[in-house]
Amino acid sequence: MAQIIDMPKLSDTMTVGTLVKWLKQEGEPVKSGDMLAEVETDKATMELECFFDGTLLRQFAPAGSQVAIGSPLCAIGNPGEKVETPAAVPVPAPKPAAPLPVAAPTPPPAPRPVAPTPVAPALVPVSAPAPAAVSSARVRISPLARRLAAEKGVDYSRVTGSGPGGRIVRADIAAAAAKPAAPAAPAAAPAKSASPKGGADAWPWRSVFDPAPIQPESTAALSNMRTTIARRLVESKTTIPHFYLEIEVDAAPLGALRAQLNAGLGQDGVRLSVNDFILKASAAALRAVPGVNASWDAAGIKFHGAVHVSFAVAIEDGLITPVIRETDQKSVVQISTEAKDLGKRAKEKKLTPAEYTGGTFCVSNLGMMGIARFSAIINPPNAAILAVGATVRKPVVQDDQIVIGERMSLTLSCDHRVVDGALGARFLNALKDHLEHPALLLV
Amino acid sequence: MPVLTYREAIRHALAEELERDSSVVVLGEEVGQFNGAYKVTEGLLAKFGPKRIVDTPISEAGFIGLGVGASMLGIRPVMELMFWSFYSVAFDQILNNAANVRYMSGGLINCPIVIRGPANGGTNVGATHSHTPENVLANHPGVKVVVPSTAADAKGLLKSAIRDNDPVFFLENTLLYGEKGEVPEGEHVVPLGLADVKRAGTDLTIVTYGRSVLHSLAAAEILQRDHGASVEVVDLRTIRPLDLDTVLASVAKTHRVLIVEEQKPFASVGSQLAYMIQREAFDELDAPIHRLATVDAPAIYSPPVEVEQLPNPSRVLKAALEALA
Amino acid sequence: MTKKTNASADKKADASVTPTSTSASAPINQRLGKEERIELYRTMLRIRRFEERSLRAYQAKKIGGFLHLYIGQEAVAVGCCSLMGPNDHVITAYRDHGHAIAVGMGLNELMAELFGKATGCSKGKGGSMHYFAPDRNYWGGHGIVGGQIPLGTGLAYAVKYKGLKGAAMAFMGDGAVNQGAVHEAYNLASLWQLPVIFVIENNGYSMGTSQQRSSAGDLAKRAEGYNMSWGTCNGHDVYDVRAVMDRFLRQAREESKPAIIEIRTYRYRGHSVADPDNTYRAKAEIEEYRRTKDPIQVFQHQLLSEGVLTEADAAQIDQAARTEADAAADFAEASPFPTPDDIQKDVYWEADHPAERKSQGRLFFN
Repeated sequence: MAQIIDMPKLSDTMTVGTLVKWLKQEGEPVKSGDMLAEVETDKATMELECFFDGTLLRQFAPAGSQVAIGSPLCAIGNPGEKVETPAAVPVPAPKPAAPLPVAAPTPPPAPRPVAPTPVAPALVPVSAPAPAAVSSARVRISPLARRLAAEKGVDYSRVTGSGPGGRIVRADIAAAAAKPAAPAAPAAAPAKSASPKGGADAWPWRSVFDPAPIQPESTAALSNMRTTIARRLVESKTTIPHFYLEIEVDAAPLGALRAQLNAGLGQDGVRLSVNDFILKASAAALRAVPGVNASWDAAGIKFHGAVHVSFAVAIEDGLITPVIRETDQKSVVQISTEAKDLGKRAKEKKLTPAEYTGGTFCVSNLGMMGIARFSAIINPPNAAILAVGATVRKPVVQDDQIVIGERMSLTLSCDHRVVDGALGARFLNALKDHLEHPALLLV
Repeated sequence: MPVLTYREAIRHALAEELERDSSVVVLGEEVGQFNGAYKVTEGLLAKFGPKRIVDTPISEAGFIGLGVGASMLGIRPVMELMFWSFYSVAFDQILNNAANVRYMSGGLINCPIVIRGPANGGTNVGATHSHTPENVLANHPGVKVVVPSTAADAKGLLKSAIRDNDPVFFLENTLLYGEKGEVPEGEHVVPLGLADVKRAGTDLTIVTYGRSVLHSLAAAEILQRDHGASVEVVDLRTIRPLDLDTVLASVAKTHRVLIVEEQKPFASVGSQLAYMIQREAFDELDAPIHRLATVDAPAIYSPPVEVEQLPNPSRVLKAALEALA
Repeated sequence: MTKKTNASADKKADASVTPTSTSASAPINQRLGKEERIELYRTMLRIRRFEERSLRAYQAKKIGGFLHLYIGQEAVAVGCCSLMGPNDHVITAYRDHGHAIAVGMGLNELMAELFGKATGCSKGKGGSMHYFAPDRNYWGGHGIVGGQIPLGTGLAYAVKYKGLKGAAMAFMGDGAVNQGAVHEAYNLASLWQLPVIFVIENNGYSMGTSQQRSSAGDLAKRAEGYNMSWGTCNGHDVYDVRAVMDRFLRQAREESKPAIIEIRTYRYRGHSVADPDNTYRAKAEIEEYRRTKDPIQVFQHQLLSEGVLTEADAAQIDQAARTEADAAADFAEASPFPTPDDIQKDVYWEADHPAERKSQGRLFFN
């Protein structure tokens, strides 16, 4: 008797999974512990483990399809064994408008008139929007939102929740009430963007236009992190003679290359950021101008043999600078992967001290937050820190013509005890060269 | 307004009540000659003499029971437990005798005793000395439980406690003893059972008490500055009687609640609060009630880790952001 | 074996053989007038008949929970409480009916409390183990073995603090002497020279375990370790109880000195009426005590021999006690139960005195 493998529940909030690709094909022998397929949940892509020995007899779901939890994925049994297509887990159908017939003699089962019986197994092409019915039929709504909906006459069944797990919360009802009554939409409203830049339904406390009164006066206790940041930065700004060099970089080639690479690498789940290139380019520039890869020390100027570029990550109540070791030895993709992991764990406060100490140079990037240019405070014992601004479209002179260019401003804060103006300038030019010829960073 | 430490504020309350009422007696381990294990009673022996300031042996069941017996005859003993953690060796006296004698006598006997001392973790003294028994105490009808967070509250509430005709258990905090705050001059009495809004806000109510109030205020500051979230901090001050009305008024304003408590989570003060809030303000809630408690294990010794076991500003911040989500 | 030894030893002390108390000549007893002597006898009988009546009520399911009877120990409570002055106080454990009657509480309110009625001395909120009469300096009535002893020490502390000449008698059974709180109280009493007398009513059994099997050494002699005086007396002889206790009470009142007194007594009933009585002692032992040492019989012989009492008087007093106990049961039966509304009364002083309440917030939860 063949074993039918169903779509497992792989996360707490998962209701359907996408079968990304099959790792075993029909007719292939499989054994317990083998990975059968990759399944993407609402949280992650995970491998589907096989718990049986035998042969993969049938695949019921093609790669790319969405399958509800409990619906069959494949069958495993003896070679040649015949497999019946199992019935799919019925997708909850909307209640028929007409009352169900209650005739005493049960008629032979007829196809249900309203909901078309899905061809088993129930598969939904990935391109189609997930049917609302797959998720819980019960509307998740906070008690307050339910009460407000009743007061304002809002039909909350038509409101999309923006709270955790799609819960309809006060703001959703307020937004719905503010909108003119929409014609009865045939389908549920499209899923709301997760972006915090919401419109009317954004959280009131997130709004910069919030007319709430000035905050009450109070004093916040200092966290250990805050204390450390304060001590180190005061020490830096008061003992290190800072000076600043600024250079503008043509960011168009980098943008084009990045777009191209991301289009190609996207299928592998890789997405390179501007910062990944800057980290790589900084490492390359430090190799070219090693005088910047140094530290002031009472005993003398210490020139570092290896390039360890750190980058600032904003976290809950401060910031931290995880380090990518041997940055110059790593590819942009490696750097990207490592930076993502470090950044994620930094936000979770799960970095080990070894992961945020020992950097020889630091990059601080506020470009993604729309800051055009800024100067940073040196992170001791580094001799310099690079402040990266946003890529800005602006008029530039090119071949005596004013054209639209893409420019990025880089500001280097230097410790004058270690780095003189000319040295810093050489470094920035090296950096500019690399960033304007980004393909070189890939070789 | 004069600035006093929490420790001094308690001492002033004791001194003023000793002065006011000759039936008030301070008893406890090392409260007299030694000047108090945490210097709360410093100087009181010199001022009031050995009849009023009484050093006891290390004998919690004995001397607490003695205090309960004396209170039945009209003495107003203020008993110091060097740590509230030692309540367990005097449990029968505190929670069988003090808590029940009025009821079992059909209201014939009163027990106007105050038992006070520190009840907190965070000082790396391990599991045996880090208990926060306010939930256990408040579970007993007949008693009152006070957990002040500031110097002014400590003074005003202790004066009320000493004047109260029911047994009052007053839980202080060794980490607050040195905290300074303004304390009104002259007669300063804070009634038991009155919560205090320590910070006004509109987006989230943090209900808390004791040292967690300070952590919550620190987190509220960060939430305002970095997240634009306006957080109201309600300091319960007294656990029993409980000022639920102030909590409910705040919930009606913010519609979101985070309870912060230095308690083990199971059947804590926060558990009771959460029950009452959902029961009485269900239709005001825009999100589930969140609760941040001590990480559920005996108090760990390891100093840096104990900080993370207890509520602290960053844990409060994280919990608040979840409650705001 | 122990039981046998006891029983044979007791035979020699048969009341009918030695009817007169060796303590009759003690000044505290010599001073007693005829009516006062009869009153001692009457009180013991009233206790006995009250206990017997309550046992019947218990068996008729009128009484819930535990019922610890004082039958056999009457001379202890009556002898001790008969010595109380205005600033003397009494506290005891859960075998508390005898002391309650001895300090003058009425049988009606006591029986009604057993029946769980609103007319009970604690309004039906305390039950058998929790009788209180602060107006008679009687502070209970406590359920936990030894837990009342620190409280009794505190009563003495309060007496001394107030500068009054009085003493507290803190009663306990022989099973309580091994509780830690008792020893803490011993230490405090001696350390601070408090006027408290720790009275050990040694009935031979701590629940169902004999003294020999539960306590090392002499019970009162432990006082020596705390630098306290101590004594023993014959709890079957109310005169002896009075004579010995008077000495130590004076010492407490006049010199503010504590003491431990062990009073040897015996209970005829189980630890509680619901407990089996035949696992740890022989019926013959009980019968032997009844026959030879019963405190009421002993004292009756004493008073008969003194010419204070006649057989007819004794019969009349007994009949009156029975009638009073029956009337108490009738009173209890006829009394109303407290109502569910009463459950949350008498919890907080403040809740019961709303006009004087200073605190705010909720005192009760649901």
